[in-house]
Amino acid sequence: MVRSLTAPPVASTGPSDPDHGSGADATAAFRATQLSVGYDGHPLIDDIDLDLEPGTVLALIGPNGAGKSTILKTIAKYLAAIHGAIHIDQRCVADMTNRDLARKVAVVLTDGLKPDLMTCYDIVATGRYPHTGRFGVLGPEDRAQVRQAMDLLHAWELRDRDFGQISDGQKQRVLIARALAQEPQIIVLDEPTAYLDVRYKLELLAILRQMAKRRGITVIMSLHELDMAQKIADLVVVVDGKSVVAQGPPSTIFRGGRIDQIFGLTDGSYDPLFGSLEFGAPVGDPEVFVIAGGGSGIATYRALQQRAVPFATGVLHEADLDHHLAMRLASRVIAEPAFEPISDASLDQARQSMATCRAVICCLDQFGTINARNQELLDEARSAGQTVLTDVSQLDQVLGTRA
Amino acid sequence: MRGADSAVGLATTSLIDASLDVGDRRTRRHVACFILLGLALIVLIGLNVAVGSVAIPLTDLPGLLFGGDTGSTATQIVWSIRLPRLVAALVLGGGLALSGFLLQTFFNNPIAGPFVLGISSGAKLMVSILMVLVAGAGHSVNSAAMIAAAFVGALASMGLVMVLASKVESMAMLIVAGVMIGYICSAITDFIITFASDASIANLHNWSMGSFSGTSWANVQIMTPVMLVASVLVFFLAKPIGAYQLGEHYAHNMGVNIRLFRVALVLLSSLLAACVTAFAGPVSFVGIAVPHLIRWLFRTAKPLIVIPACFLGGAVFCLGCDLIARTAFAPTEINLSSVTAVFGAPIVIIIMLRRRRRA
Repeated sequence: MVRSLTAPPVASTGPSDPDHGSGADATAAFRATQLSVGYDGHPLIDDIDLDLEPGTVLALIGPNGAGKSTILKTIAKYLAAIHGAIHIDQRCVADMTNRDLARKVAVVLTDGLKPDLMTCYDIVATGRYPHTGRFGVLGPEDRAQVRQAMDLLHAWELRDRDFGQISDGQKQRVLIARALAQEPQIIVLDEPTAYLDVRYKLELLAILRQMAKRRGITVIMSLHELDMAQKIADLVVVVDGKSVVAQGPPSTIFRGGRIDQIFGLTDGSYDPLFGSLEFGAPVGDPEVFVIAGGGSGIATYRALQQRAVPFATGVLHEADLDHHLAMRLASRVIAEPAFEPISDASLDQARQSMATCRAVICCLDQFGTINARNQELLDEARSAGQTVLTDVSQLDQVLGTRA
Repeated sequence: MRGADSAVGLATTSLIDASLDVGDRRTRRHVACFILLGLALIVLIGLNVAVGSVAIPLTDLPGLLFGGDTGSTATQIVWSIRLPRLVAALVLGGGLALSGFLLQTFFNNPIAGPFVLGISSGAKLMVSILMVLVAGAGHSVNSAAMIAAAFVGALASMGLVMVLASKVESMAMLIVAGVMIGYICSAITDFIITFASDASIANLHNWSMGSFSGTSWANVQIMTPVMLVASVLVFFLAKPIGAYQLGEHYAHNMGVNIRLFRVALVLLSSLLAACVTAFAGPVSFVGIAVPHLIRWLFRTAKPLIVIPACFLGGAVFCLGCDLIARTAFAPTEINLSSVTAVFGAPIVIIIMLRRRRRA
């Protein structure tokens, strides 16, 4: 995994690193030191320090226009570094010929490739460019590499198909096979999951992961999907258009509200545990009280949020899935520490809260020892003549049409 | 002897190798298409020699060419008129098609070509200025100077188009800019020709509409090496052209020196277009239509195949069009560009319609 992370310039990245700033390690596949990237001599992002072992998967995340592509273009030497240096295999990229670099770094771009009359095989074969002779005629070794790359990506059966006629997911696979046929040590991908549906997204990231771990290819990519970055990356680098805001393993980046802060999320939040984006709680005093627990309330919470109905919920136990989500979506959460029976105090709070609500939704069919007193709560609601529902869909009749 | 044999063998295998990748079916198609083009070329060469205001039976040809009878009218017609004209159509036609292919690659625009982008017109303008100046001073213009002037004009137009292309990222705007530049250059050329009423300028009018007529062996001696050398150089660019077809970013990542490559494309396409214009005037539609016909016929975009095929195809196209221009309303000759437009313009329309359907 990531062996050493030099200290990032801005903010802390969690665990401090003893190996910081020192340097040369014979196994480093990729190193950026004091790198500044930008256009026309104007730096956009300064002080990028990276040190990657072979087989590392690096995910660049950040808002749109934050400079992710600029960093990737600089790594592919499409843009010159404004300051600092990139070393690949101990060799400075600035001193490498295009051909030498092409044998080390392969790129996969998202922007529409619309070649005329090229089969998928032809596309993958272009990856052999830095290995072939003056006229680019493929030899037996080249053909073997093309075959191998296409097999690995399950693209061999596409070989005779016109590249323009296949689906986006297939195109992406062919383009990654193309990069692989280049026999690089590093593959740079710009938003590889854009345009892909969930199935292809998963498949693609699984393939990248496999390439990195089995073949030791270092993968450097920008990703839109935070949840994917969290799960696939060994190292996450967050940029915000001015600098590297944070870098480190996903466990340190995706913690607390850091992501919300970086992306400036105000209408909701990123949930690192669920790996999901959640809207904020509906504004206002609770109109509905939800009795839930053990994950039974999730669907109801989301449905209430969707209808913009503010709600209170309880009594939940901390570390319960319901509690985790309720903390983001509910106006009021009445909770008990994990594994503790429900106390008088909590029940009292719940009772008061419930009394102010126009309806009660109970998501539970049965109650256990530890949440037995929620049954009391439910019975009280019934005896007090409150509307008790078992499903959100019944709610519309109770609340009527909302303005 | 054996060395030559193995060289031919190597060339053949590498040609087959290049397309073997995706199966024999494609290779067979390529070989068949090359044979077809070769046969068409031979037939058209024969027709161009034989057909005309004086019909010359092909059976008489060996006698005319190799018999000692240099004085006969038939020998004169074949040797001094039809053969040089035929060589010009072949070499210039081939080069023009290649020029179009390079421009389409460069601008990543399917309807780019030396004529629509105003490059031919730029060359035409410079050549007419040169001719008026030199003829006005009482000298005759030599071929090399014509090519040089045409090259300067072609590069100037190309530069202008490139500046405009970098300002507007639209394919359509590029063509509009090119057409406008072409009109401006043509207008100035007409102006110059109108007011330079010298007798030697009279044939300038004919030339400025595009024609292979009046080609001499002296012209052929200059144009052939220029066109062939430029075409061979284009062939040597086959590999980076193939990479460039995937776009600049990918080409760069494959190790192509983009700046150098683009300079080479600009220089070669301008040189090819300029040389054609210097001798035959602006010839329309060959540059656009032929590369498309070739790709459609061969069902491939591989430069290694397309480049030689374009040259052959351009030669065939121009030989055919010139034959029609000479003979359709004989003894009156029609403009070459009129004929190439009749055959080329529908092809361009078909290309645009097909693109539209796909998009």
